[in-house]
Amino acid sequence: MSDIEDRVRKIVVEHLNVEADKVTEKASFMDDLGADSLDQVELVMAFEEEFGVEIPDDAAESIQTFGDAVAFLSKASA
Amino acid sequence: MAGLMEGKRGLIMGVANNRSIAYGIAKALHAQGAEMAFTYQGEALHRRVQPIAEEFGSDLVLPCDVTDPDAIDAVFNVLKSKWGKLDFLVHAIGFSNKEELDGRYIDTTPGNFALTMNISVYSLTALAKRAEPLMEPGSSILTLTYYGAEKVLPHYNVMGVAKAALEASVRYLAADMGPNGIRVNAISAGPIKTLAASGIAGLREMLKWNEENAPLRRNVTIDEVGNSSLYLLSPLSNGVTGEIHYVDSGYNVIGMRTLDENKGE
Repeated sequence: MSDIEDRVRKIVVEHLNVEADKVTEKASFMDDLGADSLDQVELVMAFEEEFGVEIPDDAAESIQTFGDAVAFLSKASA
Repeated sequence: MAGLMEGKRGLIMGVANNRSIAYGIAKALHAQGAEMAFTYQGEALHRRVQPIAEEFGSDLVLPCDVTDPDAIDAVFNVLKSKWGKLDFLVHAIGFSNKEELDGRYIDTTPGNFALTMNISVYSLTALAKRAEPLMEPGSSILTLTYYGAEKVLPHYNVMGVAKAALEASVRYLAADMGPNGIRVNAISAGPIKTLAASGIAGLREMLKWNEENAPLRRNVTIDEVGNSSLYLLSPLSNGVTGEIHYVDSGYNVIGMRTLDENKGE
């Protein structure tokens, strides 16, 4: 779990150029971390690449926060 | 040996990020000494294109909404005053509402049909017209198309119709500009996972299908498209115009899916 968290956090920090401690479970990519709609798509693509999983469009739309991403990827790569 | 593109200056339109096909093209051109200007549409893309331009040593990053003739004029006025000439143009631009890249083509709305054709097809002609006075014999124009122009692919819909018109535009522009020594070609790349392609429903299935059935048994990369672009934009292809060049692992020659016993592993 924590390994997945670390990997997701690393992607978010690098992509959105934010401080790691701002990336909390409830942090929304768009509302709290300054992502625009293209960042949102790019993040999902980066998650897919890192974890070797496929994130369908409807699931991608439900991934709004760091916690959402970790939860989805924990389940998908289990 | 001096680079193939040494002393050549060109405009790259349609970079979104470092997964963009236009990025792969710019990278290949830069490695051979080309000098480039970049355009973007909207602030969200400006933010992305700026560092990429810097990576390739360019400080010419210009806004351009291709539906606005004044915006296109403004770009070419800058190129004229800064460079006085243009050796190549890369058109990697297309758009359609995402909702219509799903479901049935027959449901395309007139508004989105017109918008898709304007941005994805007419823009090449509008740009070629402005580029022509700046281009000397030996200059080259390149656009990007896809197999969905020729054959029906699920969900590609109105974009397939637009790409068919784009390919026809390449031929007519090649005929118009050929007497002035200007070449116009297109690359038909296999599916690549780019930001723009993420709008196409079923992209994953397309990638998988190509990987299993193309003669090379894999998908192509933006670097491979970049290298083929280098050929089409450089003097190496001086005798080539009006051509649709496939960079698709050979998928376009296949008439039936791979039989299970030939899949390999």
